[in-house]
Amino acid sequence: MKSKSFEGFMKGIFIVSAMMSILAIILICYFIFAGGIPFIAEYGVKGFLLGTEWKPSNNPASFGILPMILGSVYVTIGAIIIGVPIGILTATYLSKFCGDKLYRVLKPSINLMSGIPSIVYGFFALTVIVPIMRNLFGGTGMNIVTASILLGIMILPTIIGMSEASIRAVPQSYYEGSVGLGATHERAIMTVVLPAARSGILSSVILGIGRAIGETMAVILVAGNQARMPKGILKGVRTMTTNIVIEMAYAADQHREALIATAAILFIFILIINATFLIVKRRSAN
Amino acid sequence: MSKVIRYAVKISAFLTFGILFFIIGYILFRGIPHLTPSLFSLKYTTENVSLFPAMITTILIVALTLLIATPIGVFTGFYLVEYAKKGNKLVEIVRIATETLSGIPSIVYGLFGMLFFVIRLGFQYSLIAGTLTASIMVLPLIIRSTEEALMSVDDSLREASFGLGAGKLRTIFRVVLPVAMPGILSGVILAIGRVVGETAALMYTLGTATKIPNGFFSSGRTLALHMYLLSTEGMHVNESYATGVILLIIVLMINSLSTYLSNRLMKGR
Repeated sequence: MKSKSFEGFMKGIFIVSAMMSILAIILICYFIFAGGIPFIAEYGVKGFLLGTEWKPSNNPASFGILPMILGSVYVTIGAIIIGVPIGILTATYLSKFCGDKLYRVLKPSINLMSGIPSIVYGFFALTVIVPIMRNLFGGTGMNIVTASILLGIMILPTIIGMSEASIRAVPQSYYEGSVGLGATHERAIMTVVLPAARSGILSSVILGIGRAIGETMAVILVAGNQARMPKGILKGVRTMTTNIVIEMAYAADQHREALIATAAILFIFILIINATFLIVKRRSAN
Repeated sequence: MSKVIRYAVKISAFLTFGILFFIIGYILFRGIPHLTPSLFSLKYTTENVSLFPAMITTILIVALTLLIATPIGVFTGFYLVEYAKKGNKLVEIVRIATETLSGIPSIVYGLFGMLFFVIRLGFQYSLIAGTLTASIMVLPLIIRSTEEALMSVDDSLREASFGLGAGKLRTIFRVVLPVAMPGILSGVILAIGRVVGETAALMYTLGTATKIPNGFFSSGRTLALHMYLLSTEGMHVNESYATGVILLIIVLMINSLSTYLSNRLMKGR
């Protein structure tokens, strides 16, 4: 029968397909690291990571990315401060407070929220949040707080989706036991159900951090993008991601290598965040 | 205390959905009046800033991306669920690879695409470079939804098929795949959404040319890129809103379709 060899052939195709994602990740690591690490080695790890001056067109040029690292870290912290409490409480609402009918409308809305392109969020922030910030605090309105609010909104669906699932996964008996002991509905949820779901909630937050630190096109529109040390939360910043996009268009030679090196550092941040996420997820699965 | 918690929860939910509906309402409200016929002119000029070429480019890149990523993703799912034995090393590695891929920010994909496809392979800014980059990006999404859909198929169906003498392949394509189809499709549809909304990964791979690409090695811009470029130029705010409306409409359609399909999958169980 021809089918025997055909079966083997197709199985081979399936295995080759499965290897594709491994190949992709190897290629990505190779091109980002091989393009970036030689530059870092040549320029000096300390000078690159802790240098406070990013002046690619000076002679000699200086390529310190500390301002961008701090920029990324600050807007991410801001996004967490804004997005995490609202996200977790909304997840609590969806899983424990809202009726079935309402849920059938709200749940798809969360999916919709995660499907809205980041450029639409960015444009919305540019035309709505930036003018408000300008009126409130003066200046251009493009600063750490604006970027944090925008990112805080953008990570909501990530946090809500995963937190809700993990809150729902807590056995009903936890809640019933707590209520049986005299706790109110709210108290049982806050002191028993949420703590039991904490590792799932924690992984949603880690995923949110990854989203926030990797976001590019929306942040460009509202962060100001000044490549200097952040001087306050109402001052403009540039993040690692935006640094790459803004300057890649015209960068050449050493400047370009410095940008690839920036991507390598960003990639290392992401790999650490991913690994943390996987560890927390594995632990919660056990 | 209970009252405080109840209010905090309700206010948060109100904020979340309030913001969402405000964003959608605001973009629609400001954009719909500017959806003029000249925005849909066949040719882009600096006066009409037509989004028509960008629409065609978006359709092209979505179609090509699906053409590449869907078979690879679905076949990977077949291998992981139907063939690999428990504790298989390759499966572990593929899982880690796809989970890592799904966490990589789009700008890193973009830079990789530029370094590999555009420069190393010499594709220039082109439809093909953009498509290949986007394909890698959506691969984990399709793999995961295929895996979940296949795992939700009842084992007794497979056993019945084997029992009737069907081979493994026949069982997968004739018995398992039809049942898992809605789940796989909803993943594919999410992938469409991801490509439609993508900017950072395409800017330095697909490029930003304003015309419709006239071949695989020709540059273009998608709607999302078009909107980004219009918003940074700052000259065509109204046209940006209008482009936003088109993007939102596409996303709304994609989401309703995917919700519908996953509901069907749930009912089928």
